[in-house]
Amino acid sequence: MKRSLVNASLLAAGLFSLSTQAADIEVSVTNLTHGNHFTPLLIAAHTRDSHLFHVGEMATPALQKMAEGGDIADLNTAVIGANGITSTNPAMGLLAAGASINDVMLDTGDNTHLSIVAMVLPTNDAFIGLDSWKIPTEAGTYTVYVNAYDAGTEANDEIINGGGMSGVPGIPVAPGGNGGANGTGVMDGADNMYVHTHPGVLGDTDPMGGASDLDSRIHRWLNPVAKVVVTVK
Amino acid sequence: MKTTDIKLKTSLLGLFVATTLLSGCGNDDDDVVVAPAPPVVVMQTFTVTVTNLTANQPMSPMILAAHSAEASLWQAGEKASVAIEKMAEGGDTADIAALAVIESSVNGTGMLMPGMSETLTLTLAQADVANISLATMLVNTNDAFTGINSYHIAEMEVDRPQMMKYMAYDAGTEANSEAKGTMPGPADGGEGFHAARDDVDFVHIHPGVITMYDGLADSVLMPSHRFDNPVIAVTITRTE
Repeated sequence: MKRSLVNASLLAAGLFSLSTQAADIEVSVTNLTHGNHFTPLLIAAHTRDSHLFHVGEMATPALQKMAEGGDIADLNTAVIGANGITSTNPAMGLLAAGASINDVMLDTGDNTHLSIVAMVLPTNDAFIGLDSWKIPTEAGTYTVYVNAYDAGTEANDEIINGGGMSGVPGIPVAPGGNGGANGTGVMDGADNMYVHTHPGVLGDTDPMGGASDLDSRIHRWLNPVAKVVVTVK
Repeated sequence: MKTTDIKLKTSLLGLFVATTLLSGCGNDDDDVVVAPAPPVVVMQTFTVTVTNLTANQPMSPMILAAHSAEASLWQAGEKASVAIEKMAEGGDTADIAALAVIESSVNGTGMLMPGMSETLTLTLAQADVANISLATMLVNTNDAFTGINSYHIAEMEVDRPQMMKYMAYDAGTEANSEAKGTMPGPADGGEGFHAARDDVDFVHIHPGVITMYDGLADSVLMPSHRFDNPVIAVTITRTE
């Protein structure tokens, strides 16, 4: 009786906020591409003020590391530093085309928004990006489709040369073993330095030459590139 | 055993009631036997209007199907069923209509041309209303398809349309060679369903077509056959 009176007065005073209620969520991610891999995923629950990236703005050094080389450590540190909750590398490695990682449990605590990133391989600086999606408070299953973005930090030369460090040109690797070599490079002088929707890769059908080391029959994609299913408990 | 007992009792009770009713009638002079009123079946009608948003990809005659909430026609990342393969490679929806999970289905009247719209109508007993799916092939491709994958319509109110757009999937059952003789649409006039599977063998988002103009030497496709998502716009309305 006393407790309900207290609740009632809290409600009346507007002090009882939904955002302070902890929620258990279960996340699954499916790679929807034809033949691209995702590097280790960063799944992060955070407050509405946090973002892993902003479209139309320049990438942070932490985002650049992830987008060019798949390194999520700095982004994870930033989220944890802002009292967020993360799951790092739930697939324990690369997530191949057609593959899913299921049942990633997150106790979101006070965090109300969800972000997910991973680099798309083989690309220069493409990443899958779910940006600060508001986690529903009502229990249920929700499906979100995720697009590929270009970090805007590296020219899309489509040359596979092992370059995965920030600022180093080139693509680290084609994990499917289906990349080419000796490409002359896809160069058109464009320099959009802001995070933007990725234009997709060009590729060609010449594994031993041509402009690109990517295969146009394997490595192209259209959005969306990932399916995220969130179950709110 | 117990179930049987109960059934027996019920039928005995029914017999008893019937006898009482008959004898009741027998006492009257008229011979009219009043049949028990059949339970009233409330029907719900749904219209699904589909617009082809592509530049130059006619879509094969659509199938609109009603099924339970648990059923789905395909799952991204999983192998396509043979029924989906036949639809995605050749536009043939007969196997989808025959699936055990499908309660009822209707087909489009013909090809849905780019820019055109068609409205399909499903009337279902209220008790059977759960989910619907729709499927159609992009015919100037090897095995691209689009549609609605298990959309919940049970709580829809009358005349409150739901609008959405959907993307193109790749059935993953036939390599996207774009080569002469491999695609059934007007760009090629080639083969439809082919039982052999020579691609990644899982359903995924279609990567798009390359065309002869973009470096795929054997392709018979032209730039206008390219597409981007979404490829269809859909309006679902419950009309009664």
